[in-house]
Amino acid sequence: MAKVVGFNGNAAVAYAMKQINPDVVAAYPITPQTDCVERFAEYVSEGLVDSEFITVESEHSAMSACIGAAAAGGRVMTATAANGLALMWEMLYIAASMRLPIVMMVTNRALSGNINIHCDHADTMGARDAGWIHLFSENAQEAYDNTIQAIKIAEDLGVRLPIMVTQDGFIISHAVERVEILEDEEVKNFIGAYKGRYPLLDLNNPVTYGPIDLFDYYFEHKRSQIEAIDNCLPVIERVGKEFGELSGRNYELLEGYRLEDAEYAVVALGSTCGTAREAIDSLREKGKKVGLLKMRCFRPFPRESVIEALSPLKGIAVLDRSVSFGGFGGPLFTEVRSALYDAPSRPSIINFFYGLGGRDIYPEDIEKALEKTEEVVKAGKIEQHIDYLGLRE
Amino acid sequence: MGNLFDSQVEIAWCPGCGNFGILRALKGALTELGFSPEEVVLVSGIGQAAKLPHYIAANVFNGLHGRSIPVALAVKTVNPRLLVIAESGDGCMYGEGGNHFLHALRRNPDITVIVHNNQVYGLTKGQASPTSEEGFVSKAQPWGNLSLPLNPLSLAISQDASFVARGFSGDVDKLKEIIKEALTWRGFSLIDVLQPCVTFNRVNTFAWYKERVYYLDDSYQPEDRIKALEKSLEWGDKIPLGVIYQHQRPTFQDKIYSQIEEEDLIYRGVNFDDLFSRGLRLFT
Repeated sequence: MAKVVGFNGNAAVAYAMKQINPDVVAAYPITPQTDCVERFAEYVSEGLVDSEFITVESEHSAMSACIGAAAAGGRVMTATAANGLALMWEMLYIAASMRLPIVMMVTNRALSGNINIHCDHADTMGARDAGWIHLFSENAQEAYDNTIQAIKIAEDLGVRLPIMVTQDGFIISHAVERVEILEDEEVKNFIGAYKGRYPLLDLNNPVTYGPIDLFDYYFEHKRSQIEAIDNCLPVIERVGKEFGELSGRNYELLEGYRLEDAEYAVVALGSTCGTAREAIDSLREKGKKVGLLKMRCFRPFPRESVIEALSPLKGIAVLDRSVSFGGFGGPLFTEVRSALYDAPSRPSIINFFYGLGGRDIYPEDIEKALEKTEEVVKAGKIEQHIDYLGLRE
Repeated sequence: MGNLFDSQVEIAWCPGCGNFGILRALKGALTELGFSPEEVVLVSGIGQAAKLPHYIAANVFNGLHGRSIPVALAVKTVNPRLLVIAESGDGCMYGEGGNHFLHALRRNPDITVIVHNNQVYGLTKGQASPTSEEGFVSKAQPWGNLSLPLNPLSLAISQDASFVARGFSGDVDKLKEIIKEALTWRGFSLIDVLQPCVTFNRVNTFAWYKERVYYLDDSYQPEDRIKALEKSLEWGDKIPLGVIYQHQRPTFQDKIYSQIEEEDLIYRGVNFDDLFSRGLRLFT
């Protein structure tokens, strides 16, 4: 019988971190992540973990400390949000390029300016090309489950890449939900003992991290990094299945909801998927054949799974909670649309921006997006590729 | 009593916050020195202290955490006729913005830096900051802060900062006088203001400071750098307040404009008649 507790997203991840018992955690406070790190600090203080907890003067230093500790051979975790993630920028690329399996929880928050502490996906979307794996969570349960899986995925010898596990700031991070937790022993056995590869602390086998790499070899190294992240998909799938066997909660790269016979669907990330389920149930009651595709894994982008799930549809509404200024649509839209270019059949795709800076989204907004998509398909022509939900104009 | 610098924005600090004293002292200093809001630029970062510019009717640039000093330096360089104040908390100025603080000391821009030093991160709810005492217990450091507190005054004096002072937000009148001295000082002026955080710092309270602070008297010579350094190291049972060090040296603006031998950037190619006709007031 699984143990059930009331946790907000921050508490759920802090508890997962406690059970993971990493060697090093280095972090700097930033809303809405602070609560997670403080809870972990309490576990450290109470002697419930063996972790070395390093408080630093900036997020740049936090990620630098994580990189140092991971290169030394430690199992390393951290957490941040928004501008904190932005300040880590150059170090994110270094963590990925050095193939260091650091796991970081990010509470998604709008990136300034103007300053805003509420949820959108501008922060992690900005870091989507840094070479990290990105796993999105729909609720606190998934934030907990993804964090545990992330350790196993990141440390897999076929992966060895850093992972960010995201949860929507405040919406998930600060809302208390029912969360099923595993026993400490179960988590310990699931992730296994960590053995660093090429650790700096192995004094008998000295190694060098990060030397200059110019036009002679840099390109080949990037090529191997491309292959590394592309090869992660089967590992993420395998770990999701194994986690399902352990917990009863199965995880895939993406999840369909009432998609089997659907003609129209929304594609979304994070907590909005929960809102979308309501909208879909409501439209189904009205006889509409609609469904949801939840993207759990955004990097690497599971192109083939997306084609398989979406190609049979007539129309798709892609919901983006961040903007790629000057680009043709948001980050999720461009990925989904590009993936479907070679699909056996191509649905019509509309991009809906929503929820920037924490603006709420309601089931009715999503119903409207699906209805608009249906109208476009029936009209046979897309007049407007980009639209907005919940915006005053 | 209304003040020219009163803002309509509702104040979102805890009741009893030490920031209120700094706000009152700063508004009083600006008024008594005869400045008008359009002559003043407040540049801040992120934190409870960094919200202060919202509560003053003047020009405001609210940027990123730790980054107020470079922006203030640039504003002053482009338009030296503006009164430029960078203000934020100890976390913002000495932690995330610590590097900018160091290099501002070297450059000596004619700006005033007001640091609300409450020895804690207030906005993120109570973690140890760069000026927290060793052993300070917080939710993020339940075992007690492992680092020594930074001494901003000693650091500034060691780098020959132009004007270094310490104030206390519990004494608005005297703080106002220190701010007036700093604002009229030509060169980089630092005021580290002891500002009790009534919610997250239960150690360094109003009462704690009141028992310890004292003002330097007229016999104190702030021009003597070594004596100033000694004075800046005084902390514990007795904490000195007032102007601890001052030393005139050429400002960043003096040096820049002596190199390029042109008038201030703001006055190049500006049609003043056009500006006046659009209702903008210029200050000379």
